[in-house]
Amino acid sequence: MNSAAFIVTAIFTVAAALAAATLRKLMHAALSFAVALVGVAALFFLLGAEFVGLALVFIYIGAVAVLIVFTILLTRRDVGRNRGFNWGGAIVAVAVFGSLTWSILKTQSLAIIAPHMPALTVKQIGAALMTTYVWPLQCVGLLLTAALIGALILVMEEKR
Amino acid sequence: MSKSIDQVFLNAKQWLLSWLAGLPTWMVQMVSSLINIFTLLAVFLTLFALMSVLERKILGRMQNRYGPNRVGPFGLFQPIADGIKMLVKEDIVPARADKIVHFLAPVLIAAVAILTLGVIPYGRNMTPFTIDGGILFFFAVGSATELAVFMAGWGSNNKFSMLGAMRAIAQMISYELPLIISVLPVVMVVGSLTPDRIVAAQAEYTFGVVPRWFVFTPWGAAAFILFFVSGLVESNRTPFDVPEGESEIVAGHMTEYSGFKYATFFMAEYIGMFAISGLGITLFLGGWHAPVRALEFVPSYAWFFAKLSVLLFVYIWIRGTLPRMRIDQIMNFAWKFMLPMAFTCIIAAAAWHYCGRGARGWLWSFLVIAIVYTALSMLLDTKRKFAPRVYRFAE
Repeated sequence: MNSAAFIVTAIFTVAAALAAATLRKLMHAALSFAVALVGVAALFFLLGAEFVGLALVFIYIGAVAVLIVFTILLTRRDVGRNRGFNWGGAIVAVAVFGSLTWSILKTQSLAIIAPHMPALTVKQIGAALMTTYVWPLQCVGLLLTAALIGALILVMEEKR
Repeated sequence: MSKSIDQVFLNAKQWLLSWLAGLPTWMVQMVSSLINIFTLLAVFLTLFALMSVLERKILGRMQNRYGPNRVGPFGLFQPIADGIKMLVKEDIVPARADKIVHFLAPVLIAAVAILTLGVIPYGRNMTPFTIDGGILFFFAVGSATELAVFMAGWGSNNKFSMLGAMRAIAQMISYELPLIISVLPVVMVVGSLTPDRIVAAQAEYTFGVVPRWFVFTPWGAAAFILFFVSGLVESNRTPFDVPEGESEIVAGHMTEYSGFKYATFFMAEYIGMFAISGLGITLFLGGWHAPVRALEFVPSYAWFFAKLSVLLFVYIWIRGTLPRMRIDQIMNFAWKFMLPMAFTCIIAAAAWHYCGRGARGWLWSFLVIAIVYTALSMLLDTKRKFAPRVYRFAE
């Protein structure tokens, strides 16, 4: 992997994530979160996992980020108001970070050097999804359909 | 001879790069990418300028008036005058606006539109950015447009902007589904997400006369119509231009933009239109292939841009012909008609494939589409022909 590109992308991602956590206005934080996701997608591109990177952009920028900004817009009346520093959130974040770092450092897999794998094509992913993982795929599809119908029933026009 | 004309731009690029022979590889790669980017921008910004004047001329002809005819011969220098006007106009930022978001929205929307241009094959060996999942890249990057529109609407801190952005996002999300699903049959039949492979799959001619473009199969024709209509919505063109309905919500998410920022929005809209037409040509209209084998001596990029001009003319034609639709009609049309038809195209393509891709497959896939189309139109016909309109929120 190109280390210069990695360092630039990593700094970009971490800066955007920090901005998402610290910016005063909630909407700015949500938009910086989208920028951080672009950085993560770029990391996947650097690793040669084009499909995962593109799917990340597609789902998280195109759908989840839009969902988040709309949720903020529709539920908060004080979108523009400044919020104070959230100590509880900071403690939880530090705890999660610490336990993750600890468990990563404890594992033996860091010592194993990964064999050089050929780049995974979209076709291989599709074949795996349609043969080995067809049941999980169908279950997820069923769940999403149920969620869609549920959302439709929630917003359906009431008969008067 | 025709071969060298076909590859003239590639040879020119190779010649330019040969000057850098001694430099390290990464520098040569960077210069190569920069050449691609500059060429792409030069071509499509020129096309944008040309399109803006031709659209007004053609609309003028359709509405029985002259159109621009003062600046230069036949008014052809109008875009230059417009550009200077836009550049020197005052740039107003509302006092209560969110300055950063307000500024970044036009930047993001233009960047996204230009990025999507990169994966389209413009001619033989002429894809600026070759990537395994090119089609996926197109839609993944294009989906950021919604966020940009939201930023424009929210950053302006104006209720017309916000309402316009809401409308735009609602219709863009709704039509993204039929747009992407109508692309799937082509991807399934070709077995690849790479634009170059999709173009290569449409290279042959049946009986040496009819080109094997996907638009000439029943599922391809249906999917192309769905794709084109969804493309109209995605680029906010008439009859789906409610986000900027000037009689209702001023100019939608562009209300608070003036000067060059407004021009950037305008440019992004047109470049998005070029990109979606280019993708339609790649997927359904044979890409850069000639329509007749005898005409294959004409350079490939000439064919691509000829097809692009035809599609752009249809865009202008529709704008000159149809009135604006109502937002609830647009949404109903997306979810009740476009989406089921797009799914039908997948089934029809499967029928075509499993019946041997010949005359029998043609007939079966036509049958599938015809049955679903008739059933849908009977189901959606509410029999309420001229009932008085019921208002829910107004009296």
